[in-house]
Amino acid sequence: MTKKQILVLSSTLFFVWFVVYMATDVWGLINSFQQVNIIWAGINVILAVSLNLVVGFTGQLALGHAGFMAVGAYTSAVLTMHFGIPYVLAILAGAVMAFFMGIVIGLPTLRLRGDYLAIATLGFGEIIRGVLVNIDYVGGAAGINGIAKITNWTWTYIFTIITVVLINNFIHSLHGKACITIRDDEVASELMGINTTYYKTLAFSMGAFFAGIAGGLYAHYFFMIQPATFALQKSFDALVMVVLGGLGSITGAVLAGLGVTFMNAALIELGAFRMVIYSVLLILVMMFRPQGLMGNKEFSARVFDRILPKRGGKDDV
Amino acid sequence: MFKAKKVSKMFGGLAAIKDLHLHIEPGELVGLIGPNGAGKTTAFNLMTGVYSPTEGELCFVGENVAGLKPYIITNKGIARTFQNIRLFKSMSVIDNVKVGFHGHIQYSLFSAFFHGKTYRTVETEMENRAMHLLQIFNLQDKRDELASNLPYGEQRRLEIVRALAAKPKLLLLDEPAAGMNPQETKQLMALIHKIRQDFQLTILLIEHDMSLVMGICERLYVLDYGRIIAEGTPEEIKNNPKVIEAYLGEEALHA
Repeated sequence: MTKKQILVLSSTLFFVWFVVYMATDVWGLINSFQQVNIIWAGINVILAVSLNLVVGFTGQLALGHAGFMAVGAYTSAVLTMHFGIPYVLAILAGAVMAFFMGIVIGLPTLRLRGDYLAIATLGFGEIIRGVLVNIDYVGGAAGINGIAKITNWTWTYIFTIITVVLINNFIHSLHGKACITIRDDEVASELMGINTTYYKTLAFSMGAFFAGIAGGLYAHYFFMIQPATFALQKSFDALVMVVLGGLGSITGAVLAGLGVTFMNAALIELGAFRMVIYSVLLILVMMFRPQGLMGNKEFSARVFDRILPKRGGKDDV
Repeated sequence: MFKAKKVSKMFGGLAAIKDLHLHIEPGELVGLIGPNGAGKTTAFNLMTGVYSPTEGELCFVGENVAGLKPYIITNKGIARTFQNIRLFKSMSVIDNVKVGFHGHIQYSLFSAFFHGKTYRTVETEMENRAMHLLQIFNLQDKRDELASNLPYGEQRRLEIVRALAAKPKLLLLDEPAAGMNPQETKQLMALIHKIRQDFQLTILLIEHDMSLVMGICERLYVLDYGRIIAEGTPEEIKNNPKVIEAYLGEEALHA
């Protein structure tokens, strides 16, 4: 990206933050129901983008994402509640914990492929939940109550942007390309000198890391967490967003994360009928756009060049 | 440079390769020929670590590489192409080449996340080197094209570029001329000659196109039913009765 593109991009991002911040905290334009959805949107974008790194870019169909979210949520909640660790540090610690869980689970399961991997990771996700139900220290099935409500629009926004930027940078590096070669052709990848086990585990545990961040944000917004929150359904929600947005498109994952959240919110009054509409929409997208909304295309910062006409002088290439 | 001693590979009860002996000296251009199903590609898969041999030793520059993982063998200096082209289809031409640098041009994960100065320097260096290689193979205009969108012949050439990017000492070419017309085959022969000199390579190639094999190989191995049945210069091989029998059947010999 050129300096100008970075400048325009960051001022756009700042503007979005500012407008939403003012509308919630100062002008009072956004009601509490919509505020909840805005936080959900951020969490869902983090989940979708991080799962896309595993499923979309590295091509490993993993279904235990909610489990790692749970690890992040529980770790950070325990740290802030019982040990008085500052919020940001607690969230990062939760993410690191999820990262290590990712390595522990990834090393044995990533030897499997396709549907076998899906079922193995699904099993591990459920194991994490099952273990949490049986630990009294974290409240068993009732979960943890009374976590400080610290997550707000600003924190959610910061963590979401950091997640998207870091994963985007990773994908556009040598290491990210190594992951993509595994998706394209694992045998050829290994024969080009790439340690595929290392990169599959890396992508998987990085995905877990960011899912852990999403969990930490969640725990400190809804101030109570239960094992049931992080059941299979949550993993599938993330997978649906990834497929809907396009496997291997960060832009797609962001759009799908936002789209699914706000569509759910908009249809809330329809009650149970909402799920029918949601499902029909999914079927339609898969029938008419099986590659997902974005395919594997990305938003390019070059669109800013069109918005901001050049002031003569030299052309950035 | 490379030596296979008594290498066998069993699939269940079937011996795909039996007592394979071969040696390749530095700088040689050796051909591996044989009828369909003789085990030529299996031999390549053994040499590159895709399969590990049931028994026997594979020595590469004095070190036994049998049973090592493919990526380790590649990083030690053996690179290959594939019979049924295996490019990274969703990636651009130049990215395919850059992936080949993986084992010897790198930066840390930290640079990958934050795109600092090291990232930019290394990326620029890779860009230049990749373009240099693409120019040799006359693919420089296709740099941003998706690998899967290239015509067949160019895909084959790109596979060789990608393998060269891994900086091999020994290059294994699996049917590089498959599906090419005589004109393209001729160009390919010239190209193989050129890269062998420019990159000081040792080359082992599998090929069905006899004009190519006889034209450029200095020495040949003939494989049939998993065994080496003959070895020698192209002239010797042409007149070897065992080879004629393997290719044309026993009757042809007496006809």
